[in-house]
Amino acid sequence: MERDDIIEYSLDAHHSEEQGKKIRRKIWLVTAILTAITAIEVVVGMYFGRSLTSGMVWQSIKWGYVALTLVKAGYIVLVFMHLGDERKVLKYVILIPYFIFIVYLIFIGLTEANAVHSAWETYGG
Amino acid sequence: MMWFFLVSDALTFSGLLVAYGYTRHTTQAAWPIGEETFDSLPFLGHGYPLMYVALMTFILIVSSVTMVLAVEAGHRMDKKGVMKWMIATIIGGFFFLGSQAWEWSHFIHGSHFGSVEILSGEHTGSRAIVKGHFGELESFTVVQAGKHHKVGDVIKETPDELFHHFRTAVMNGQVKDGKITLHDGSVATWKRHHDEHMELIVKTDGTEHSLAKVTKIHGKDAEAKYWESVNSGKKGAIIYGADLQSNEYGPSQYGQFFFFITGFHGFHVFSGVMINILIFLGVSRGTYHKRGHYEMVEKTGLYWHFVDLVWVFVFTFFYLV
Repeated sequence: MERDDIIEYSLDAHHSEEQGKKIRRKIWLVTAILTAITAIEVVVGMYFGRSLTSGMVWQSIKWGYVALTLVKAGYIVLVFMHLGDERKVLKYVILIPYFIFIVYLIFIGLTEANAVHSAWETYGG
Repeated sequence: MMWFFLVSDALTFSGLLVAYGYTRHTTQAAWPIGEETFDSLPFLGHGYPLMYVALMTFILIVSSVTMVLAVEAGHRMDKKGVMKWMIATIIGGFFFLGSQAWEWSHFIHGSHFGSVEILSGEHTGSRAIVKGHFGELESFTVVQAGKHHKVGDVIKETPDELFHHFRTAVMNGQVKDGKITLHDGSVATWKRHHDEHMELIVKTDGTEHSLAKVTKIHGKDAEAKYWESVNSGKKGAIIYGADLQSNEYGPSQYGQFFFFITGFHGFHVFSGVMINILIFLGVSRGTYHKRGHYEMVEKTGLYWHFVDLVWVFVFTFFYLV
């Protein structure tokens, strides 16, 4: 059987010096973004962490953290791992399980946990 | 194929993190706070919340960048470039592993105070973490002879060595009413500097119910409560550091998840470094150059970025929120 994957790989496996420059610029840009996001997270943690804030403020910081994490993850997967350049089918095969299963798992896990928490609180251990 | 492995591995890590979240939401005791638990730097001591994990995160991000640069060099058939960036990646990986070893060691040994079970007053039975500066031990004076020491012997060692004996004795319930039983059976009193800025933060209520709010005890009151527990001779009244049974930072499950999740991730990093070394050897022997493409470098690169990706999530859910 003829292996079409090898042929296809070698088609876009190489690029010229000029394209390389462009790609490297993109890589360093993403590096700067990832570093900046991490720095922001740490500074916020130091001055507005869970030990220092509470209520609505902490709730919004927490969701801010989750959002920043997803942004970082997006950059790593799409640029560093080149998923952004892959074919559509592969992209969806990889991403759809998470949208279906993990979002559901998080939802059901935390809902159940909170129910168990309040049950223990009400009826004792 | 690498993508399919990564998809399943990512599902494994997702499962672990969701299990962590589940446990955290069910537990009644206050969960440890990242910036309180991880506030140390090597050689510099306490007072640098999150700096160390931030450094670890940065190291991993940089090594991910050097890996993507190796892949890019491979696309230009630049063998020297691939080798250069892969070496940088491998060094970054070793740095991360070393950092993690230091962090584990720090986590396992714990602080000088440990956490304390309060034995009297309105918080009886509650457990508190302790902040402040531990007064250094100066010497032990033997008051009852044992195998190696006579009455009146003054044992002078470095504060760290003395503290090591002290910690062991407290854990074994051999410190009682201002006297410590040393491991040779002799009994001694101790001389030490004053504690400074001591603060007890009550985290676990004595009852089965969860805390309405975290209470703090300061100053003389805190010192009295702390040393009452040390001098009680009750095993487990003071917990130092962490193992799989208990830890000074919070509920036991916290320590278990810490060891399992960061350990499992560290194992991935270790495997990644080993694979990178193998591929590096292949590159330096020109195997991939002869083949006409550097696809193998790209595949290991995928795995290496994945390890970074997992750390991004561990960092958020273990240290930040």
